[in-house]
Formats: sequence, structure tokens, C-alpha cells
Amino acid sequence: MEPLRTHQGLVYPLNRSNIDTDQIIPKQFLKRIERSGFGQFLFYHWRFDDAGNPRPDFSLNDPKYKGASILVAGENFGCGSSREHAPWAVQDFGFKIVIAPSFADIFKNNCVKNGILAIQASEDQVQTIMKNAEAREYCLTVNLEDQVVSDNEGFSLSFDIAPYPKEMLLNGWDEIGVTLTYEDKIEQYELLYK
Amino acid sequence: MQTPKTIIQKIWEQHVVHREAGKPDLLYIDLHLVHEVTSPQAFEGLRMNGRKVRRPDLTFATMDHNIPTRQRLTINDPISKKQVDTLQENCQEFGVTLADIHHPDNGIVHVIGPELGLTQPGKTIVCGDSHTSTHGAFGALAFGIGTSEVEHVLATQTLWQAPPKTLNVKVNGKLGTGVTAKDLILAIIGKFGVQFGTGYVIEYTGEAIRSLSMDERMTVCNMSIEAGARAGLITPDETTFDYLRGRRHVPQGEAFEEAVTYWRSLATDEGAVYDTVVEIEAADVEPQVTWGTNPGMCIPVTASVPTPDASDKPSEKDEIVRALDYMGLEAGQPISSVKIDHVFIGSCTNSRLSDLQKAAEVVRGRKVNPAVTAIVVPGSFSIKLAAEKEGIDQIFKEAGFEWREAGCSMCLAMNDDIVPPGGRCASTSNRNFEGRQGNGARTHLVSPEMAAAAAVMGHFVDVRQFTAQEVS
Repeated sequence: MEPLRTHQGLVYPLNRSNIDTDQIIPKQFLKRIERSGFGQFLFYHWRFDDAGNPRPDFSLNDPKYKGASILVAGENFGCGSSREHAPWAVQDFGFKIVIAPSFADIFKNNCVKNGILAIQASEDQVQTIMKNAEAREYCLTVNLEDQVVSDNEGFSLSFDIAPYPKEMLLNGWDEIGVTLTYEDKIEQYELLYK
Repeated sequence: MQTPKTIIQKIWEQHVVHREAGKPDLLYIDLHLVHEVTSPQAFEGLRMNGRKVRRPDLTFATMDHNIPTRQRLTINDPISKKQVDTLQENCQEFGVTLADIHHPDNGIVHVIGPELGLTQPGKTIVCGDSHTSTHGAFGALAFGIGTSEVEHVLATQTLWQAPPKTLNVKVNGKLGTGVTAKDLILAIIGKFGVQFGTGYVIEYTGEAIRSLSMDERMTVCNMSIEAGARAGLITPDETTFDYLRGRRHVPQGEAFEEAVTYWRSLATDEGAVYDTVVEIEAADVEPQVTWGTNPGMCIPVTASVPTPDASDKPSEKDEIVRALDYMGLEAGQPISSVKIDHVFIGSCTNSRLSDLQKAAEVVRGRKVNPAVTAIVVPGSFSIKLAAEKEGIDQIFKEAGFEWREAGCSMCLAMNDDIVPPGGRCASTSNRNFEGRQGNGARTHLVSPEMAAAAAVMGHFVDVRQFTAQEVS
């Protein structure tokens, strides 16, 4: 996993609440046994019509958001199915940061495991970012070390993140490798209980 | 004296392998259930790093999502077949027990875990599947995980987890006649919203919960995730022990009674404090139908589809407008006027023997409306056999239902059981998201009884009045 310390990027605003993982990556794409290549299917039925042509009315198809790496969405982002294909698709499409008023628990967990930073901001802050990003080419800088998001026009917000996921993201650790350094503890537990 | 604890805290504390400041707890996992969709990349990760499955004896796999239901032995879709074959190869290579499509134990992962007695009170249970919350019905702490976590559990039999907040959902009084566990959980989500459980584990308590059967408790706990909670559980009691006694993987004889003594000790202590408590009156719950594109968008069958003015919040207004548009419904139209063309009775929410028995009672002697394609998909191979032994398949077939093989089927349409674009389905499953049952398909979540009645009438109908009528 690649370490994530600071990131500057173009914002793509998706002003919808309760975006479930079935929308992020529809089920017909879950049959693949690989971990890569899911970006092309991100928001598939919102991006493409039945014939597979891009829907001009869906904002992610707007060329002005080409290359966006920060996704901003409404509350309860990533609800529903636990499919990790959802963060895989988000990441493979090019997003490194997701900002929303709230996230579903499993999705948020899955993000950390893949080096994606899910930032919880207030409803007002999210709406401010949305409006800016809908109006013009809008970039944000994210500093994970300091837990701050800012633009170059004076807007900034600070966000919370627990120490453990922060450390994981900053260092890009292989979590299993870390856990295996606790193998003696696992063995002790198993001797007692299992 | 020790601080009184909830059942959630008790199970948690008993599974902490390691605790240190600045980290979540390292939690031991007693049972890891595996299926074909969310595991291939995890096994591949093990292979790439030269790692083994730490406890194959605590790992159990089945194949369910891709399984065809017209016949179950031949998968025509080559990508589906590859995924199923990959699970077979991985289980063989890593020594994991697998109930494959030829095995009599095969079925939906959340149906067979309890059936085989693998699911037990006090256990920590995970699966790469959000409906793992189902197993909480037994007083287990059971939650869905992503594929990276699947790999982590395979390699270490543990997970780093921050202790959850606790939420008590208290259901007072008794459910009315003709009102089911499915109606109850839909009403709870409808009342409190699709994210009121985020960050929490739910404990369901109260008279109405205590009087539910195990099948009904599983229906309730199954949909905890639709309220945002990764896990929802019910304190085990005589109903739980009676269900488990004699099942293959539970302790037998005296050892079972010893286990029961331990299981009883898990009950939430008098005076234990939850982070949040909400209450609902069971008597107020009516048969529910979802009208929109998430499970919180539900109304009593006696009510009408809401208008965007039902909310003051702009984002919710937008959601209602978009949901009405996707669902092809008029604001304010009575839900009972909505015509359907598909009925699906099945899924990890409502495919157990008692679900099928109850739905069969509704259709006995009646006929499926000619405009409706109706299918019944039992949750497991053994449920299918048990139902056939009772003649339930005959009741459905005579009414015009298709009687299918076991699997996840039309709940998420990963096999070829798909609702066509624009089609409208009364479904006993758990998610009415856009495209869930097929691209452009419209899903209305209901109980098995409500689905059965809708199949006959061709539109939604209050099953309480429907069953009161004589079969003509």
C-alpha cells in the first residue's frame, strides 16, 4: 500500500446522500477474481446508458472533472454491501480522498485498507466544497499529518481520524505483517481458549 | 462489584487478544465464513506473501451468490464459473472445508451457518458479506468485513477493531396478527433511518423480540446493516437453545448443557448502560412495503407514497424526487394500487423453512396472477428438501410459482435470475437499491406473506385482509 501524507487534487462533487456500494460498483462486475481494473465500472449505471454510451447528464462525464482525485459526496456514503470492489473502483478511477458528512462503517474500514483517506466533514463544510467544485475548477490540499483540508482562497477545515488508521495511511503498512508481530499473543490466546 | 455490562461488551472483552493505547483492540475471531465473491483476492494475497490459513478448522466456505437456480450443477456464465472454481481450488489448496454445489450442506452462507450449528451464542463471527449480522440472532457478535479483512482473518484469525458503541432497540408489546418480523425491522429502519446504527452494535430487546422464533430473529438481525449497524444481536434464551440442541457442530449431551450455562451468562447485566436507547411499540407496526430506493423508504401497506414535501431538508427532498422517478411512482398514490410483475421469495432475509411455510399458506388453493412471474428460492439445499417433504413445493407449483434450487438468486441477480429493466418486483430480500435486482429493475421489499398475496393479486394488498377472505 502506498503511503499517503499530503495530496493536492481536483475535486469532483457528487451531491447525493446514501450512495450505496451497489451504485459505486454494480454486481455484474463482482465476478472478477482480480483486485485491479474496477475503475472503468465506477458508478457504471449512472455513467453509462443501456447501450454503454456515456450519459451526458451525469456530472462525472463532464470533461471539467477529468483527472479529479478528491470525491465529495452526501451523507452515509458507501452504505449497503461490504464489497471491497467499491473502494477498489474509487481508487482505480483515480480518487485518493473521499469527503462526506458521514460514511458507512464497512466502507470506511475498506478505504483505510487500500490507502484511501475518508474524511468526515460537517454538512456545511461539505456543501461549501460542493458549491465551489460545481461552479469552477476547484482544487483542495489535504494534509493528513496535520489533519487539515484547505484551498488557496482561505477555506480550511480540520478533521478527526483515529491514531491507528492515520498511522496505517501515513506509512502505507501491510497490516497483516504488523499483526504477525503479535503472533505470540495470538498463540497465548489460542492456548487458553481455542 | 464489577460494572454491569451489556452482552456486546461481554463478548467483546472475552475476545481481546491484545490491547494497547492508541490502537484498536486485536480481536479473536471464532468463526470465519467464506463465499466465492469476496474471497478470491484474499486467497491470492496469501499466496503472493507465502502465508497460510491460520485456522482452517475455524473457517467454513460455501458458494451461493453465483449459483444458478433452475438447475444448480452447470454454470453457463464463464466468469461466474471461474469464480466458483477458484473458491474450490483455494479451499483445496488451503485446507478449508467447503460446501460446494454438489454438497448436501450447500446454501446461502447465512442460512447454513445456523443450520449446521456453526453459529453459536458468544462467538465472534465474520464473513466478507454485510448480512453476516444475521448470526447475531443467536447472541453472537457477527459482522461483515471487506476482502482485505478476509485476508487478515485467514492469515491471523484476528482483526483490529475499535470497540463499538452500543445501541438498544427496545420493541415493546406484541406484534399484531399478520404482522411479521420483516415488517418490524422495516418499520424500525423506516422510523429511525438508514444510518441510525452507524458506529453501533444493536441489541434488540423487549417482549416482541423475545416472542420471535429463531427464523424471525434472523430476519430482524439480518437487516441491522440496512440501519447502518455492522452487527445486531439478541440475547440467547430457551428458543435459541432449543434450536441449537442436537445440531451437527454444537457440543452434544452434557457438554451442550454446560455450554448453555455459559451462554446464559452472556445476558446483559441489570443496570448495564447503552450508549443509546430507542423504543418502538410493536402494536403500531403494520405490514410494510418499501416504495423507494433504500430500505428506510418504507410505508405501511395501508398508506400512500410520500410527496417530496414530506421532508424539510433539501437533500432529502432531492432523494424523494429521484427515488420516485427511478421507481416510476406518483407522489401520493396508494401503495396498494401499485401493480407488480415479479415476485421473489428467498434471500438470507426470508428463505428459511418457516418463511416458505407461511407464504405457502397464503397461496394455498389460489393462483398467481397471469401478469406475474413468481419464484421461490429456498435458502439451502436442506430447506428445499424439508419443504418438499412437507409438500410445500406442490402448493407453490399448483399456484403457478416456479420452485427453484437454493442460492442468493434474485436478491442481487448475480446469477441469471434477473428482473428486466423497468420490471417491478415484490421481494422478500433486504435491499431495494437502484439496479439491485437487475439494471433498471424496481424492487419493493416485503414479508413472505405480503409477497405471496401480491403474487396472487398482481398488486400490493394488506395480507391481514387477504387471508381473511375465503379461497374462491
